[in-house]
Parts: sequence; structure tokens; C-alpha cells
Amino acid sequence: MDTQVEQFEPVTPIDSRVNYLNAKYGIKSWLLTKDHKRIALLYLASISVFFLLGGIYALAIRLELLTPKGDLVQAQTYNKMFTQHGIIMVFFFLIPSIPAVLGNFLIPIMIGAKDLAFPKINLLSWYLYMAGGLFTLWALINGGVDTGWTFYAPYSTTFSNTYVVATGLGIFITGFSSILTGLNFIVTIHTMRAPGMTWFRLPLFVWSHYATSLIMILGTPVIAITILLLAFERLMHIGIFDPALGGDPVLFQHLFWFYSHPAVYIMILPSMGVVSELIANFSRKNIFGYSFVAFSSIAIAVFGFLVWGHHMFVSGQSVYAGMIFSIISYAVAIPSAVKVFNWTATLYRGSISWDTPMLYGLFFIGLFLIGGMTGLFLAALGLDVHVHDTYFVVAHFHYVMVGGTLMGYLGGLHYWWPKITGRMYPESWARFAALVIFVGFNLTFFPQFIVGYLGMPRRYHAYADEFQVLNVLSTAGASVLGTGMILPVVYLIWSMRYGRVAPANPWMLPGLEWRTSSPPPTENFVATPVVTWEAYEFAPPEELRIIGKFEANDRPDHPIETPPIAGEALGS
Amino acid sequence: MQSWLPFLPEAASTLARRVDALYLYMVAITAFFTVLIVGVLIYFVLKYRRRVAYEIPQPIAGSVKLETMWTVVPFIIAMSMFVWGASVYFAQYRPPANAMEIYVVGKQWMWKFQHQTGQREINELHVPVGRKVKLTMTTEDVIHSFFVPAFRLKADVIPGRYTYYWFEATQPGRYHLFCAEYCGTNHSGMGGWIVVMDPTDYDNWLSGNANQESPVAAGQKIFQTLGCASCHGQNGEGGRGPTFTGLLNSKTQLEGGQTVEADEAYIRNSILNPSEQIVAGYQNIMPTFKGQVTEEQMLLLISYIKSLSPSQTSGISTTAPARSNNQSTGGAATPATQSSSSGNPDEQRSNPIGSTPPRGNQSSPSSNQNSPR
Repeated sequence: MDTQVEQFEPVTPIDSRVNYLNAKYGIKSWLLTKDHKRIALLYLASISVFFLLGGIYALAIRLELLTPKGDLVQAQTYNKMFTQHGIIMVFFFLIPSIPAVLGNFLIPIMIGAKDLAFPKINLLSWYLYMAGGLFTLWALINGGVDTGWTFYAPYSTTFSNTYVVATGLGIFITGFSSILTGLNFIVTIHTMRAPGMTWFRLPLFVWSHYATSLIMILGTPVIAITILLLAFERLMHIGIFDPALGGDPVLFQHLFWFYSHPAVYIMILPSMGVVSELIANFSRKNIFGYSFVAFSSIAIAVFGFLVWGHHMFVSGQSVYAGMIFSIISYAVAIPSAVKVFNWTATLYRGSISWDTPMLYGLFFIGLFLIGGMTGLFLAALGLDVHVHDTYFVVAHFHYVMVGGTLMGYLGGLHYWWPKITGRMYPESWARFAALVIFVGFNLTFFPQFIVGYLGMPRRYHAYADEFQVLNVLSTAGASVLGTGMILPVVYLIWSMRYGRVAPANPWMLPGLEWRTSSPPPTENFVATPVVTWEAYEFAPPEELRIIGKFEANDRPDHPIETPPIAGEALGS
Repeated sequence: MQSWLPFLPEAASTLARRVDALYLYMVAITAFFTVLIVGVLIYFVLKYRRRVAYEIPQPIAGSVKLETMWTVVPFIIAMSMFVWGASVYFAQYRPPANAMEIYVVGKQWMWKFQHQTGQREINELHVPVGRKVKLTMTTEDVIHSFFVPAFRLKADVIPGRYTYYWFEATQPGRYHLFCAEYCGTNHSGMGGWIVVMDPTDYDNWLSGNANQESPVAAGQKIFQTLGCASCHGQNGEGGRGPTFTGLLNSKTQLEGGQTVEADEAYIRNSILNPSEQIVAGYQNIMPTFKGQVTEEQMLLLISYIKSLSPSQTSGISTTAPARSNNQSTGGAATPATQSSSSGNPDEQRSNPIGSTPPRGNQSSPSSNQNSPR
């Protein structure tokens, strides 16, 4: 933190003011809340539990792969471990992570609304998420599932003896949580923007969530249908996918990837939104090429629906279909490249801070660059034939999902932590943890590119001896990464009670979320904000006032004790 | 465990180095852009680091010129990758005309091989160096994927259809064979070796394993046992059912006016779902043989039926791409430029099967696709 912030340190403890956290107490006030901010915290708690579980699976997998022989667990156990790691991480962490926690918390505040358009549906989304999650956990506890998170037929429909339908049903239920969240966001962004908040004044975080929501409501029903078809075949032997029953196994792959490839963009787009915020705000520059960055999100969402076949270059689909999917896959890479270039250009002549959120933002760009570029390898038909289903693919999507989504999530969590909790996280610990995570991540996944090109297939319980060196490196990296992940859990929880009290605008930024107190009141703003500034229009601290009139003991929170100027900020 | 870290796996097929070249091209582009962008990032982060709190740098709106540049340049580079990747892909998935054929059946958790000369192998495939080899593959249960890293090639093996895989080995040696599509408990154990041998060693190997029935002869036996002869004739000349003579790759007229290319997938479907594609002029009287023919037996039957088409010497892979919906990657090959055209040095030794020591059951004249006449 800069020393100058110290002088704005509030003299009154934050607890003395009514905010969304202390407005009501008791378990009921949380479980029946309609406040998007409280629902976001419910999500934060629940996805953290799933993330922890998925992480434990990941460490167990890496431990097994320390040696070429399958000597730690049995093959069947290993297969369940990677399946459950994938299912939990994809459906119960990555997909909901940023939208359901940060999006839920911030979208209404960023557009100057009191809540989402459908607060009850928002709560219902969380209950659906929990129902699906608990259903899946029940299936895992009872014996688990071993099909891989991809559920390829006919293995999943006819051959596997594990809890395929129960797990699928869990994902099916959770899918509705996604659909409803997407619907809620779209309606909210369309109808509830504050006066003056035009589309091109929206923070890019909101744009990327808009694009994500489109994918959620258009794509998720397809995975729901696919799971139902799978269940029909498994339970009633209706021939849909299994050729022995008259079905087509490749049809399953088409249906599965028609959702699951766009789902990749559900995971990465919100993170790109976070990174746009981090890069612009922590270099105090308006984003370079705002409209290009905004529309590239929409382009990714649209093109993302047309590339599913690139998962099937070796699945016996026609050579010509492969060519079409390859060329569109290259097309979808362009908007991502545009974003990276624009982020980089934004830094030019900025005032770049080295605070933790910015570190995560920069790590994101570097890692997403490698994750994205290696995606081009996989889109190259003749090369994919070799690296498909090897560790090269595993490394690629971990660079995108962990290097991308997780970095964005952690960056966003640190950035908005003062707003969410009203407390600052400890800066030096956070920087240290970010470095450890970055190093551990690269050590874990970079060797997997090499071992993948050398030919090690994924989902292998035991592997050929010559792959061991690289696997040892990867396992060593995983232990560093795992240690690094413990740090934020510890210091963030610590900071909720012992962290420095956060002012309303600790970073001195112009976004609407910084123009209300930390933590915000239940209705977000004391008065309806009227937006008269562009996105990322930086202003001197004295102009960045809290919107609305606060009680006297709220004033110290305010950066500088100037009364609000009439007409601009006072809605009532 | 090796004491050094290789960057590329060993290369043992004609296409391996082409894949490596594409790979190295993409590594170079990736390295260039990563160094460029990360370098610029680090430079900016150091040079423009915050010196004064809350300073407000001059806003820069953007530049359409720059946006256009960094849209167009990556697009051109991406298209170069696409074209290069597609050209390698075409070479990988178009089986050449004069390849020696081997049948592969995947099964949880083993690979079964059937040579045209009768040899059967499990989890180990012997092939000669310098010969084009074409694998016709299917599976008895779930999806598998045939992956030989040294050939830089994999193809999924899918129940209910045939997929194809071809290679020409360039280096004698033993190479890993992996199953690359997750197939259940012992997925990682479903591997084996491709043993590439010098032609003379290969001939010795063949003669040392010669006392096995050829697929055509075995297929003929199944043809008799299942009673196919009662309708299709003792030698497949036809009767109540259509003839098999000259059937393979011919255009067959169906009831309802459709024409279908009589390829392996068609023959398989006609045995399992006979009422689906009725040949014009015949009645829908054939019972299904679902459950009575294993995938391995099916390949033997097809082998026998193929042997009754003397005009077809070059295998199904040269047929035109216009075929039924259930085509496979291999099946979609175009007839024109087969890479194995004449002038290839391999032509001299292109018929080792015929030249190997004779074995009893080479009886039918056109018993296999590569045998000379």
C-alpha cells in the first residue's frame, strides 16, 4: 500500500456502520437472503470447499505419477481420482467461480443497481448449485465415477460400473444454476443500469460477463440434454450412443463438446473481464481500444459455439469437417490475441502499481499467452493427430484454466477483498504467495508439454519409464503450487478479523464499486448514482466521492472530507 | 529413467519428421510472441512503475491502425498454421493404394492383430521397414485410440465402424504402442510394441509363424458355418441373395433407388442389419447375424468377400469419397493423388507377402489385396 492511503485510514471502526454484513445476523439471515452480495459469499464458501476437494484429488494424482508404476493406488481408484478431480474442478469450481462469486457481488454495484433483476432466482441458483454439488458428492462418497469428466460413450453408458447417472444428475441440476445466473445477469445488465451508465461506459468486467451469460443460457441446456440421453441409454437401454444398441458413439462427442467447448469460454471470459479491470485500474489508464476488447468478448462467445469439432480430429470424423473446425478454431484465437495486445498497450505510459492484484493480472497475461498459443498447436490438424489425448493437452488446458481462470479469480478476489469484507489483506504475504503460486504452477505444468509431445497419453495410471524425469518435476511443482494455495486461504481468513480496516476506495479508482462504502450497504448505494464519467476515467482523489449522503460517523471513510457536489452524485 | 531430457520423441515413420517440422515452426512462433509480449510487459512494468501515488497518466484512447495490425498479422500467421496442419493431416489420413493390410481389433485391454498372411498377434505388431502398412481397425467394446508416438500418429478405434491408420516405418526398432482414448480400468496397460524389422528379418519372422490360416480361408469357413452359402451361393456367386463376385467397391443399386458404395462398412452393416440396405431386386429375407459374429470374425468374412472381387486389387482406400454417412476418416480419402504412386523406391519390394515362403492356405487367387497376380 502506498503511504498516502494511511492518512485516509478511518478513525471509526467499520462495524459501527450498517452494511450488508452486519445488517442482520443469524443463519436464517444468510440462508434466506436475497442480497446478491450475501449470495456471492455463500458461493464463495461453497466453491472454496469444492476447490479444496478438487485440489486434494490433484495432489493425490501427482503423487501417484511420481513413479512410473501404479504403486500408490489401484488403477480403478486412480481413474476415479482424475475423473472426480475433473468433474469437481470444471462443474463446481471453474464454471461458477468468477461469475457466481465476483460477478454476483459486483455486477449490480458496477452498473449502479440495488440488486440483480431476480434476487429470489439468484438465491434459487445457489440452492440448485448446492443440490447438484451435494448429489455429486453423495455419488462420490458411495463409490465414485470412473468415466473421465468427458463421459465418453459407450464406456459411460454400457461398460462402467460406477455412479455415472447419479453424478450426471448432479451436473444436470447444477447446470440450471448456471442457466439462471446467466439469465439474471443478462436481464440485469439490460434493464438495471443506473442513469448515465451507457453500454460503452460499462466496465469490461460487465461486458465479459454479458458474453459469458449468453453462453450459459445457450449452451448449458445442451449438456443437460446430453446427460439425459446418457441416462436413458444407461437405465433403459435406448440405443442412442452405443452401437450395440443401434446408436452412434461419436454423436455423444458432438453433443458433449457442443456444450463443453463453449464452457471453456464460460471459464475464461469472466477471468478476462477481471484482468481488463486489473490492468486498467492498476496502471491508472483507460483500457487501450475499449470497444475492441468489449466486442472481442462477444466474438469469442459467438465463434466459441462453432469449434467443438476440434476435439474430434482423430475421432473418425471426416477430413473435411476437421478442416472446417480447424479454420474456425484459428478464427476464435484472434479475439483472444486482440485482448492480449490491448492489455499490453494499456500499460504504455501508465502508472503501474505492483500490488498483488496487478501481479496476478500480469501472470494471467503471461500464462494465458502460453495457454492460448499452445491451443494453436492443437488446432493444427496434422499436429493434433500426434498430441491429442496426451499430456500436451493436459498442460494446455491447465495453462488456460489455472493460469487463466484461477489467476484471474485470485487477482479479482484480492482486488475486491476490501470491498467484500471491509478489510485489507496483508500485502507482502499476498505478493509472496502470488510468486509461489506462479513458480509452482509453471513447474507443474510446463514439463507436461514436453512429456506430452514425447507421447505420454493422458489418464494413465502407470506410464513408461522414460517419462519419469518430467513427471517428477511436475509433481515437485504441484507440491509448491499446493503450498502456495494454502497461503491465501490462511491470510484471507485471518484478514477478515485482523486485517486493516479498508476505506471505501483503497485504490483511489473511479469505478462505481469504489464509490460506496466498504463493505457496501445492503442496497449498495445510499442514493441512486448518476454516471457522468466514462469507464476508467481516472480522477484526483478529491473527486472520487462516495455517492449519497452518509451518517456523520461514515465520513472518515471518505477519502477527503469534501461535501458532495450537488447535482452530480445526489440522486435524492 | 534417462539421464538426459529429450525434446522430441524418436522418429520412425515417413511422416514423423513432417509433424516435427510443423511442431518446431509453431514452437518458434510461440517463443517469438511470448518473448516479445512478456518482454514488452516487463519493460513497461519497470519503466512506468508508479512513482507518485494517485497520479493520472495521459489517457490514450486506442488506435484503429494498431488494432487492425494485430488482428491481421496474427490471422495471417494462424492461416499459415492451418494450411500446414491440414496438408500434414491429409497425408496422415489418406491410406496409399498399395499398402499391406492388417486388421486390428481393440478390446478392453488388448490389441489384436491379424495379418493377411495368417499370423495373429496380441499387443505386438511386426511390420517390415519401408513398406506402406494400412490398418483397418475396429473394437469389440468401447472406444480406443491407436497411438504410436514414434509415428506421430493416432486414430480412434470406434465400435460399430472401421477406421484406418497408415504408416511407412523408416527405422527398425521397437516402438511404444499406446491406447490414447480412456477405455476403463486398465487403460494405461493397454499398450504394446510395434516391432519394425528389416525386410529379411521380417520374412524370417513370417515364415517362423506361418502355420496359421489366412483370413480369406478362415473367412470362407465362417461363410460356410453360418450358412451364408445357401442364399449367396457356394462361392458367393449369388442365388436368393445378391452375388459377392465383384461386389467390393462397386456401386450397388438399392431398393428405393439409392446407390451405395459397397465398402467394408456396407458389408458389415448388411450382415448385422440386413433389412437396412436391400439390394434392388432382392427380398428382405435375410436374418440378422447380430451377436453371432464377433468383430474379428467379421473382418475375416469381409476379407473373404473382398477376395471374390478380383478386379479390386488396390484395396478400398482408393475409392471415391462419395459414400454412405458412416464414413471414417480414412474412408474419406480422395482418389486422386495417392502419395504412393510409382517411382517410389519401395516399389521394388512391394510384395513381400507374395514372395515369402508359401503356406498352405494361399489357395484363393486374389486372397489378399497386395498379392500379385
